[in-house]
Amino acid sequence: METLLRMTGISKSFPGVTALKGVDYDLQKGEVHALVGENGAGKSTLMKILAGVYRADDGEIWLKDQRITPTGPRSMIHAGVSVIYQELTLVPDLSVAENIFLGREPQRAGGLIDWKKMWAEVEKLLEPFNLSLNPRAKIHAIGPAYQQVVEIAKALSLKADIIVMDEPTAPLTGGEVDKLFEIIRNLKAGGVSVAYISHRLEELHEVADRVTVLRDGERIVTSALADLTVDDIIRHMVGRNLTEQYPRVEDTEGEEVLRVEGLSKRGVCSDVSFSARRGEILGFAGLVGAGRTEIMQLLYGYRRRDSGRVFLQGREVRIRSTRDAVRSGIALIPEERKKQGLVLGLSVMDNSALTIFDLHTTFGFIRWPDIAQRVMEMVRNLGIRTPSLRQEVKNLSGGNQQKVVLSKWFVRNCDVYIFDEPTRGIDVGAKAEIYKLMQSLARNGASIIMISSDLPEVMNMANRILVVYGGRIVKEFRRGEGTEEQVMSYALGLGGSAAGHGIAQGARE
Amino acid sequence: MKLDLKRMLRSYGIVIAFVIICAAMTVMSPVFLTVTNVLNVVRQSSIFGIMAIGMTFVILTGGIDLSVGSILAVAGAISAGLLKGGAGIFPIVVLALVIGTGCGLANGLIITVGRIAPFVVTLGMMSIARSLTLIYTKGYPISGFSATYRFIGGGDLFSIPIPIIVFLLTVVVAWLILTQTRLGRYTYAIGGNEETVKLSGINADFYKTIVYVIAGITAGMSALILTSRLNSAEPVAGQGYELDVIAAVVIGGTSLSGGRGSVWGTLVGALLIGVINNGMNLLGISPYFQLLVKGLIIIGAVLLDRLRQEPV
Repeated sequence: METLLRMTGISKSFPGVTALKGVDYDLQKGEVHALVGENGAGKSTLMKILAGVYRADDGEIWLKDQRITPTGPRSMIHAGVSVIYQELTLVPDLSVAENIFLGREPQRAGGLIDWKKMWAEVEKLLEPFNLSLNPRAKIHAIGPAYQQVVEIAKALSLKADIIVMDEPTAPLTGGEVDKLFEIIRNLKAGGVSVAYISHRLEELHEVADRVTVLRDGERIVTSALADLTVDDIIRHMVGRNLTEQYPRVEDTEGEEVLRVEGLSKRGVCSDVSFSARRGEILGFAGLVGAGRTEIMQLLYGYRRRDSGRVFLQGREVRIRSTRDAVRSGIALIPEERKKQGLVLGLSVMDNSALTIFDLHTTFGFIRWPDIAQRVMEMVRNLGIRTPSLRQEVKNLSGGNQQKVVLSKWFVRNCDVYIFDEPTRGIDVGAKAEIYKLMQSLARNGASIIMISSDLPEVMNMANRILVVYGGRIVKEFRRGEGTEEQVMSYALGLGGSAAGHGIAQGARE
Repeated sequence: MKLDLKRMLRSYGIVIAFVIICAAMTVMSPVFLTVTNVLNVVRQSSIFGIMAIGMTFVILTGGIDLSVGSILAVAGAISAGLLKGGAGIFPIVVLALVIGTGCGLANGLIITVGRIAPFVVTLGMMSIARSLTLIYTKGYPISGFSATYRFIGGGDLFSIPIPIIVFLLTVVVAWLILTQTRLGRYTYAIGGNEETVKLSGINADFYKTIVYVIAGITAGMSALILTSRLNSAEPVAGQGYELDVIAAVVIGGTSLSGGRGSVWGTLVGALLIGVINNGMNLLGISPYFQLLVKGLIIIGAVLLDRLRQEPV
């Protein structure tokens, strides 16, 4: 085996934090080497050093037996390292081909772009992927899976032999994940090495050869994946045994809090009816795009619905705006928490109080002491680590930002909390914390609605599961009823008939 | 210690620049630092400074209002016309503010309900309000008012000119609104991330409309002061004011993309522009060059802002 990349003794500090302490990492030719760890463990920092975005304080980087000192992202791209970031960096209004050749467009005499040549080259690049992807299609018109393929094709066109993938499967559905893995296997066969960052530990065994676990900036272990189970990896990540990832869920027969009748919107969902009880966690399972998020946004007044009635504690409420929803006691914690849940440039206080300013004013003036007290309490309860309430949210770590979004809703004391994919993209330890929080909300009498694409999660956490397919609720499971395979079969629109292991495997996420 | 200096520069860069320019002017012109001249500078700054306070709200939400100069003209012209027709002063003051409110409300509603970019809507309003002014005045100034009316722009209270008092009061009221009321906090939040605000159960469109109303009201206030001070409502009054107004806000450190800034910055920004205008006149710099200097200072201020945003 040929060693393509060797990073040794990499250290990096930021003001007040040591991000990496003498970490080693290497890539053999044609291997996938996974990098895992909790948020803040140092994965991203390590990869940014490899990408030339950060400069290491200490340590060496060797590429093919040659020591190099990255001078910036450009120098590393030239050296054959391409990074596919979690937030894709494509230009939505340009075509697939233009994105791949951005800044390197083939030209004809007179500076005109040689479109034919560009399209032909892109087709050649995409050929091994065996997809029907038109080089002329605009990026915004193709799905997230294809967008990722475009990023990979771009990397290949840059003659990259090392590709860093940061959480590549996060936006993908089950079938798309399989497709991506196939592409990664193709890359391996072509001698490309992949540094693979992921929180989805279950998928590592399918795609990676080796794994390195980081914890608090230190390398804990590097091992062939065949020698480690998922439980082993978790233990290394958190440094303790996570014997019980999901808290015990109590069965509840509380009275009905929320009832939705005949919620419809053309092209989005039709005749959706359900109810949620006090103290209950109601799971919404289904595939990405089944309409779960849209149903909740209609209920919440964020989108206009064609028809449908909403009852709270048996009384009909008119919800025509998010303001109506919040005043009636409904909270929606959106999926894209950073983009939809926070104002990054404002303080922890302003963000947390955004939902309660209307409750604490006298003659229009905000009673800051009251607000400060409530926010302070919530910050303490949730264990948000911030130097002060005046700290701008953008300076907090990702995990603490997540908690600020929660604090913003918890201070309002709502009756119904709708969580949209509450644990997407967060690490194991933080997940367990979120589960506990959801449960304590339920225990205190709230109704929780949880949209989740993570089947084990929804099956372990929810009292009841509603499966959504094509904008309709197609099946209800009570807790303990049904298997993952059965739920997945309904989510795929196959009914109970085709419940089989093969289907469930592909669409597990 | 070194870090502190950097931070000082970051937070108070504009104040430091202001002090330096004032010091330089004092050295270069013996007239600059006299009571008369200082009051004169501040009084002149008040007229666009008041509008700059309204503009601060708009820019904090990430919007822009190009129509304030024209709103000033139409509010000034119509109220002057009715004043000449024998209307009382109090109704005229109310009328000017109502005209400003109306224009601002139209801006705000078209922007929020029609979902059209603020730049386009207020560009249209800039043209419409100017045209209404010309139609109403038939192109002639309306001048010659009673001494009571002229007191608004020319009078003193405890030997402080009224426009300065109005300006400072506006700053204080705006500061209270921005820091102590929902409207204020939502103004910042909308500029920071409008989607988050909407998902937090807040009627963002309502508050966005209000900020244009505030800009309109401040244009109405400036209209009263300007017509009273000049003893005349000119059909071309306020032309080009939007530039000084926006410049004052931006120089004062309010981010054009919204979510960050303060009225204190705008206050200093307005005074700075006043000092520059005054200083160039005192030094006898040709008006042809004055615009050039102002343009460079505006761009320089935004560059400074850019540098402030760079991570440490």
